[in-house]
Amino acid sequence: MKVMAQMTMVMNLDKCIGCHTCSVTCKQAWTNRTGTEYVWFNNVETRPGLGYPRTYEDQERWQGGWVRTRRGRLKLRAGGRAKKLATIFHNPRLPSIHDYYEPWTYEYDMLLSAPQGEHTPVARPKSLLTGDDMSIRWSANWDDDLGGSTATMQDDPVLKHMSEHVAEELEQTFMFYLPRICEHCLNPSCVASCPSGAMYKRVEDGIVLVDQDQCRGWRMCVTGCPYKKVYFNHKTGKAEKCTLCYPRLEVGLPTVCSETCVGRLRYLGLVLYDADKVGTAAATEDTRDLLAAQRSVFLDPHDPEVVTAARSEGIPDDWIDAAQRSPVWRLIHDYEVALPLHPEYRTLPMVWYVPPLSPVVDVVASSGNDGEDGRTLFAAISQLRIPLEYLAGLFSAGDTAPVERVLRRLAAMRSGMREVNLGREFPEEHAAAVGMTGAQIQEMYRLLAIAKYSERYVIPTAHTEIAHDLDEMACSLDVDGGPGMGGQGTDGAGPFGSSSGRPTPVAVENFHALAARQTADSPYGPSTPGRVNLLNWDGNGRPAGLFPPDDAGGSPSPGGGGEPPGAPGSLPGGRQDATHDDPGGSPGGAR
Amino acid sequence: MDVNPAGIVLWVVVPYVTFAVLVVGSVWRYRYDKFGWTTRSSELYEKRLLRLGSPLFHYGLLLVILGHLMGLVVPKEWTEAVGLSEGAYHFVATWLGSVAALAVVAGLLILVYRRRSTGPVFLATTRTDKLMYVLLGGSILTGAWATVHTQILAGGHGYDYRQTISPWFRSLWYLQPEPALMAGVPAAFQAHLLVAMLLFAVWPFTRLVHAFSAPVQYPFRPYVVYRSREASGAARAPRAGWDPTTTPPTTGPSRRRP
Repeated sequence: MKVMAQMTMVMNLDKCIGCHTCSVTCKQAWTNRTGTEYVWFNNVETRPGLGYPRTYEDQERWQGGWVRTRRGRLKLRAGGRAKKLATIFHNPRLPSIHDYYEPWTYEYDMLLSAPQGEHTPVARPKSLLTGDDMSIRWSANWDDDLGGSTATMQDDPVLKHMSEHVAEELEQTFMFYLPRICEHCLNPSCVASCPSGAMYKRVEDGIVLVDQDQCRGWRMCVTGCPYKKVYFNHKTGKAEKCTLCYPRLEVGLPTVCSETCVGRLRYLGLVLYDADKVGTAAATEDTRDLLAAQRSVFLDPHDPEVVTAARSEGIPDDWIDAAQRSPVWRLIHDYEVALPLHPEYRTLPMVWYVPPLSPVVDVVASSGNDGEDGRTLFAAISQLRIPLEYLAGLFSAGDTAPVERVLRRLAAMRSGMREVNLGREFPEEHAAAVGMTGAQIQEMYRLLAIAKYSERYVIPTAHTEIAHDLDEMACSLDVDGGPGMGGQGTDGAGPFGSSSGRPTPVAVENFHALAARQTADSPYGPSTPGRVNLLNWDGNGRPAGLFPPDDAGGSPSPGGGGEPPGAPGSLPGGRQDATHDDPGGSPGGAR
Repeated sequence: MDVNPAGIVLWVVVPYVTFAVLVVGSVWRYRYDKFGWTTRSSELYEKRLLRLGSPLFHYGLLLVILGHLMGLVVPKEWTEAVGLSEGAYHFVATWLGSVAALAVVAGLLILVYRRRSTGPVFLATTRTDKLMYVLLGGSILTGAWATVHTQILAGGHGYDYRQTISPWFRSLWYLQPEPALMAGVPAAFQAHLLVAMLLFAVWPFTRLVHAFSAPVQYPFRPYVVYRSREASGAARAPRAGWDPTTTPPTTGPSRRRP
């Protein structure tokens, strides 16, 4: 037994309202740069729908993930090592930019600088790849809320496995949202596909990362990932992916998508697993047994034997403690209401979902019945085969039994809690019918419905004795003209173009990219010098041209022009990114 | 041996300087610019032409490199010792070489056409790329021309470069250069050599460095790579003189004012 810890996320789909706040905040934090316009580490899909990139779940076409050979071994679906090397000059299974969408901006400047004329000026869409006018035909969310899906929904790969008439009917019956990030799989096929060995799984917390210094842009990881959550940065020529916000996790903060989730539907916590069993579990013969196989890989953190083994593997005590308090472990193991996304890809994904009961409730309610009555709900779950089969296509390789079991538990919770709210006893027979007790269901209700921040996110910090290595603690002098500066300045231009030079720590890099964008309307098209794009301005600092010139002496910087920027002594005064009440600085320039 | 100064410069100084620039430049770039060390693939923008041109070019080039090694490194006496006559060698080298050259030239033409005609690909082309294309195209075309001109059109056994160019090339590695051997070599070969040396001199500073990172270790490593956070460290390696002694009081970076 080799115990390893995995940072895991569970999302409760019943609570997702499809507001895309997670996607937007993630994008602002990580991918608001040239080259990553089309990159959404987090995206929210309306299901049934095509997903992003279009039809990524169709593995006959995209060849992601693993397959089991006849001899019972695992093989990359797109081909093993020899085939990877043979197709290295042209990867036949790489999605093109049009399978995502062509990124664009609008010619906003025309609205302000157009000469007076008969017609109202318009802001035309301009391609961010060519700078030319373009017509927008697709985007990351084109079929949001089933918009236009009469034309496209038939191509949903999950629906294609169901029958034709079912799809027709389904459009009138149900819809739900599916937020997706990188799955940080236990058996990651992207890592296996990387010829350079630049992708790796972190031993401590299982986060899958791309070493930007080692990536050579062979693009095999994009093909390897069945979830298409590794993206190719077309500006730097390197692969990028969701990092599970590791700089935040290391200091005990939840990911940006979790932190900003309006519905509070995300849970973060550790799961302990036996690394020795991963290979066998992933090679389980029947894809419908993969869910059970993956569950069998997990280790109970309350088991004294597991705790001893974990200690001997060097897992710190506070991490074991966090694993015992993990909300994710409770949802996966204690209540068994969380399921993995597409276990049939054999990657053992580690972002799990509580499937939504709402589509069933909606159908019952719209037919004039009581959508929260236990008996009605139980009956509806068994009868409404369409949502059930669809959910099974997503979460259990087509086997409806696990999904039905989860939905019945959610139904028992919903109807039971209504009884409690009406001042009656919790109906124990409902709890017993789904194999739980009333107390257990009320605990589950608490976790799913009203759990506080500290209960939803149980994140042990990285260890302080190695705090100097933490990315967020990076020395501030090492960037942007400081004495330790590498090749990459504010404009990102090293001697060999924008992608060269030593990379700055991720958080700092994004910070500077944001600063640069605050003072530029768009990388292409006309721009009025000195104009600040207020949409990108974070409210800190004094971008040139935003405020009238300073009366006192014409120096645009409130800290005075005397001190060298980034000099060792200037830390407090030079920190314009600090909070507004920073005593050393005067970010607003009030003097 | 009587060699004029131009001969010494062209066939002794230039090769050694080229070699030095190639080695030192590559080491320097690897140390300084690992992040910029990539293929800079444009497959995301355009796939159809790339599917045709790229394998044609790259596989052709691998054949061409193999042919050059055969011709330059293996002495004539060795091939004759194993019973390969000059006539047979010439026949094989010329015709295999021509097929490879045809693939490379066709692939290059497709790739250059693609680069010029596909909007996003053209916009992603840097000035260094353009210089590299001129030198790469130049050395391929002069090489192809030298083969056609002196080997195919000349008739007979053609020009025997294994009496002149190959011994000169090996003499550079023995550190006993013999520039006199290059005196009577046809102009087409001389041009090919000079353009190629120029290409090798700019090599470390262009995207061609991706050739040095061919993933030959991939077949020999386990599929899934694990790394410890401590081993991989933070996003950057600490540099001399800046090892932190205490945790900085703040967690954010300082920013230079505009």
